[in-house]
Amino acid sequence: MRKPRWIAASVMPLALALTIAGCGGGSEDSGSNGNTGGSTGASDPDGALSAFGTEPENPLIPGNTTESGGSKVIRSLFTGLTRYDPVTGESKNAVAEKIDTTDSKVYTIKLKSGWKFHDGTPVKAKNFVDAWNFTAASPNGQQGASFFEQVQGYKDVHTEDPDGTAGPQKAPEPTAKEMSGLKVVDDSTFEVTLNAPFAVFPLKLGYNPFFPLPDSFFSDQKAFEAKPVGNGPFKFVSRKPNAEIVLTRNDDYAGDDKPKFKDLTFKIFESNEAAYTAIVGGDLDFLDTIPPTGIAGGKYKQDLEGRNGSTPYMGNQTLTFPYYDPTYANVDLRKALSLAINRQEIVDKIFDGTRIPADGWVNPAVPGYAKGQCGDLCTYNPEKAKEYLAKSGFKGTVKFSTNADGGHKDWMTATCNSIKNALGIECLYEPIPTFAETRQKINARQMNAIFRTGWIADYPSIENFLNQLYRTGASSNDGEYSNPKLDEILGRADSAPSVDEANKLYQEGERILAEDFPVIPLWNQTAQYGWSERLDGARLTSLRELDLTNVTVKKK
Amino acid sequence: MGRYVLRRLLQLIPVFIGTTFLIYWLVWSLPGDPFSGKCGDRPCPDSYVAAMVEKFNFDDPLVVQYGKYMLNVLQGNFGETFRGLDVGELIGEAYPNTIRLALVALAIEAVIGLAAGVLTGLRGRGFLDNLVLVSTLFLISLPVFVTGFVLQITLGFELKWIKTTVSASPAPWEHLIVPGFVLGSLSMAYVTRLTRTSIAENKRADYVRTATAKGLRQRRVVGVHLLRNSAIPVVTFLGTDLGALMGGAIVTEGIFDIKGIGSLVYDGILGKEGVTVTGVVTLLVMVYLLSNLLVDLLYAVLDPRIRYD
Amino acid sequence: MTDPSTASAVTTAPEEFVTAAEHAEVKGNKPRSLASDAWHDLRRRPLFLVSAALILLVLLMSFWPSLFTSVDPNYAELSKSREGPSGAAWFGYDNQGYDLFSRTIYGSRASIIVGVAATLLTVLIGSTFGLLAGYYGGWLDGLMSRIADVFFGLPFVLGAIVILSSFRSSGDTSPTQIILLVVLSISILSWPVCMRIMRSAAIAAKQQDYVKAARALGASTSRIILRHMLPNAVAPVLVYATIALGAFIGAEATLSFLGIGLRAPVVSWGVMISDSRDVIRVAPHSLLFPAAFLTATVLAFVMLGDAVREALDPKAR
Repeated sequence: MRKPRWIAASVMPLALALTIAGCGGGSEDSGSNGNTGGSTGASDPDGALSAFGTEPENPLIPGNTTESGGSKVIRSLFTGLTRYDPVTGESKNAVAEKIDTTDSKVYTIKLKSGWKFHDGTPVKAKNFVDAWNFTAASPNGQQGASFFEQVQGYKDVHTEDPDGTAGPQKAPEPTAKEMSGLKVVDDSTFEVTLNAPFAVFPLKLGYNPFFPLPDSFFSDQKAFEAKPVGNGPFKFVSRKPNAEIVLTRNDDYAGDDKPKFKDLTFKIFESNEAAYTAIVGGDLDFLDTIPPTGIAGGKYKQDLEGRNGSTPYMGNQTLTFPYYDPTYANVDLRKALSLAINRQEIVDKIFDGTRIPADGWVNPAVPGYAKGQCGDLCTYNPEKAKEYLAKSGFKGTVKFSTNADGGHKDWMTATCNSIKNALGIECLYEPIPTFAETRQKINARQMNAIFRTGWIADYPSIENFLNQLYRTGASSNDGEYSNPKLDEILGRADSAPSVDEANKLYQEGERILAEDFPVIPLWNQTAQYGWSERLDGARLTSLRELDLTNVTVKKK
Repeated sequence: MGRYVLRRLLQLIPVFIGTTFLIYWLVWSLPGDPFSGKCGDRPCPDSYVAAMVEKFNFDDPLVVQYGKYMLNVLQGNFGETFRGLDVGELIGEAYPNTIRLALVALAIEAVIGLAAGVLTGLRGRGFLDNLVLVSTLFLISLPVFVTGFVLQITLGFELKWIKTTVSASPAPWEHLIVPGFVLGSLSMAYVTRLTRTSIAENKRADYVRTATAKGLRQRRVVGVHLLRNSAIPVVTFLGTDLGALMGGAIVTEGIFDIKGIGSLVYDGILGKEGVTVTGVVTLLVMVYLLSNLLVDLLYAVLDPRIRYD
Repeated sequence: MTDPSTASAVTTAPEEFVTAAEHAEVKGNKPRSLASDAWHDLRRRPLFLVSAALILLVLLMSFWPSLFTSVDPNYAELSKSREGPSGAAWFGYDNQGYDLFSRTIYGSRASIIVGVAATLLTVLIGSTFGLLAGYYGGWLDGLMSRIADVFFGLPFVLGAIVILSSFRSSGDTSPTQIILLVVLSISILSWPVCMRIMRSAAIAAKQQDYVKAARALGASTSRIILRHMLPNAVAPVLVYATIALGAFIGAEATLSFLGIGLRAPVVSWGVMISDSRDVIRVAPHSLLFPAAFLTATVLAFVMLGDAVREALDPKAR
């Protein structure tokens, strides 16, 4: 089976709203004794470190955790069939001995022996199959259910509500409890059959919804939620709501990526800004997202001299036109707006250069990316923008919108001003107070302004940036864009015999986006992070988390 | 007096019901769907939303939802947040911190405000008066997030006099001094002005003149006669302010990472989490009511002319 | 104590006779009203003159900003982002590259409107309720006080989001409507403080001899409230109002920060201050100038309030 090499991957849709979230509660200063300075540099194998965390959105169950706050914890507690290389993002076997397929449709997965859950029970094939069936079944309402949609029999366990959640009707009872595509062969082998060949399927297996669950989960879910039992490098110790989640090293860990320190505390902060001051002051050891106050003017490089880093990740920022609103029906107008945005200047002035201006709809870090797919349409060119505007005949006010609680105001305003100055038309930024309300408006197709969209890849493939976003009726096609020609090309690409041929077709599809311009690509993301003087080798993984295998704590 | 207190205490019941319902209704009428924002930038699966709606009775009419909630509260169960945490536990953790912060803020504003007010009120117009006026006004015209941030940066980052974040729970008193100052800065200006005005006004009152004429020492005239009479509006304000400080600590708590109720409420509002907001705010209103009762009783102590039947 | 003759009769302050006599000499034998008396007195106070001049200047700025600057406050040049003060832009540029001087001038309008209107409305609601509750006492007092308690307990953020988003039709709201809604939500959520102050002042005033005397003389309820209690309760409310003015201009900033307050193209000092939040360390001037104007304006109102109060208060002469 082919395993394309890739740079970064993430299932964590980064809700920026989280950065201002966080609640009350208590915390003890465990693990951080402030700024010790003058350390010898020798590492302490029993050291403790604290990392920035946000309160998990849901109880700590792998299949129900797709946001970053809970994911950090889940990924420390569990190890899946595969794991991703912290630097290259390459998918490597972890619990899996081997994953075999001949037709990319039926996969035979063999497990390594010796893996145990924290409660001492062995990790068997059954634990994977049961966990996957649990997550996929719609009555369980797990967030990660859709990750199993390619598995045969998914439709039997996961039924859709015929009139949406808002409607009076309820989703029908599923006809089956288990997906027919999952079969336990013996204690250490199971077989996965997909609906159709899907070559990138094994790449997904390192994600949270694919983690195994111990038998104790199925006998007592409440007890599990209170004290999650995983099979990963860390064991659950305690949790204080809105204050901290404490883990300790699992000394019986069977993987070869054993951590080099002992206690891991996720400290939950009231705000990202507060966490930033804590890391500068030495009260926190690792912060994965430096807030705008630190980014502005590059201040963090002075505040955290010699202990900060920056790394690109597989996400981009885009502006989506509501296709259902006739205001933006004219393609020339959409192109004019894209041409009128001075991406480089906004990146330099607002983000202090920490974003990479986009030249297409696909992040450069994913395999299949082709350079310059957007053509000149993503390069600032006021003259050409005016020509397109004149062609479109648009006279009116352009409106931008997004949630006010996510810290998007500065770049939205700057983008608006760029358009205003280049085209001489009015542009207004009209925020919506909360993320929930914004999301609801988008889901209900009630947006009457161009809105912010961002995408962080689930797995490293150009396919992930096209199928889920631009196909007619795709789950994240928020603008209701539809072009049968694109659908047809994407369909051909999906069933292409090789990844290379598929990628060529996907790229062809991307060029259709340059013709229709349903979405304006803005820039690709990078993450800034910082650490305390007590740590050595701290770095961010391709999943935007602290690399737990590499970091060491200095001896006092 | 006893009957008066009893009557006031009985009045707490309708206010309790009224407030809880009002808050529940307000949170309920916030726009947006609380569950569609829980999966990051992508839409949540329908099955997830459906399961959550079912779990939190979101399909019921408002009154039924409220009724179920109140039944639980009366049994001492404040319910569960959408994240699956126990609200009662959260409140129990958070309240002491906020109360401590508010008390520190109240103490700071009372001490500084009263001192500055008495001093300027007695001295009258002059350099000192203007200095106090300008500096307190400068504090109030800056939003809290600015004062807090600037103090945190200068005192914490640059000078290293204070810890930049508090974090610990229950928060140690000494760590709360600067956050308390920030929180109380708005009211401090007001207490100063109020005291100053009151003193300046009463300075010329007959009883002061009488006291001075009787040959009482200046200190006694000011301390016993003048201050006591000038205290009524100030005490009213301080009493009502305790509640306001507790409810208004959202920003301060966020800046200094104090694990208080501020962010519980704020997150609850943003996430449309009626259970959390109602629980926290209802307790807040109880604090107002009790401190108001205390203030009303203090009137009678401060001003013997006021009598409660 | 609005009636000078009653006032002198009750308080028997010797200097008042002197003042009255002086005035009588100038203006013949017709005694002047309190208002004109106060005005006469005010004109000679430097404090009043300075603050009035300042307020006039700010008002001028808000009515005719073009007198002060020809730069468009909504024109941003991102390349000049965060540049400090210079000859071309006296106050420098903010994060977006807006000219801070121009924005500060244009920002006065919304800030003044919101500040003054919200203060007036708050004081109006609060004083009315407070006076009634304080005067009548009993169940009315209980009811009103408890309503105030409930409103007091409402978190500002919650109340404001609900009020502003339910009264705002989907997105297309004119700046005037938004200002109106902002004023309304600030007042609705702030009046209880004013009510408590007025109520306590009224309770204190009710026990005073002159009120008892007026009642004994058969004065009507409205006369007692308006002519005797109100003027005596005015001092603490005035103190509150002048300071609240500054706080309300700041509260407007909080609302904008939440995405429910004023928004472009309307400029206000509050919005400017909240915009400067993330760049305070690299561009302190973007905070300094709007904050300085805000402080100066509030200062002017406080001083004016002081001067007026002293002039109106016959005891303070």
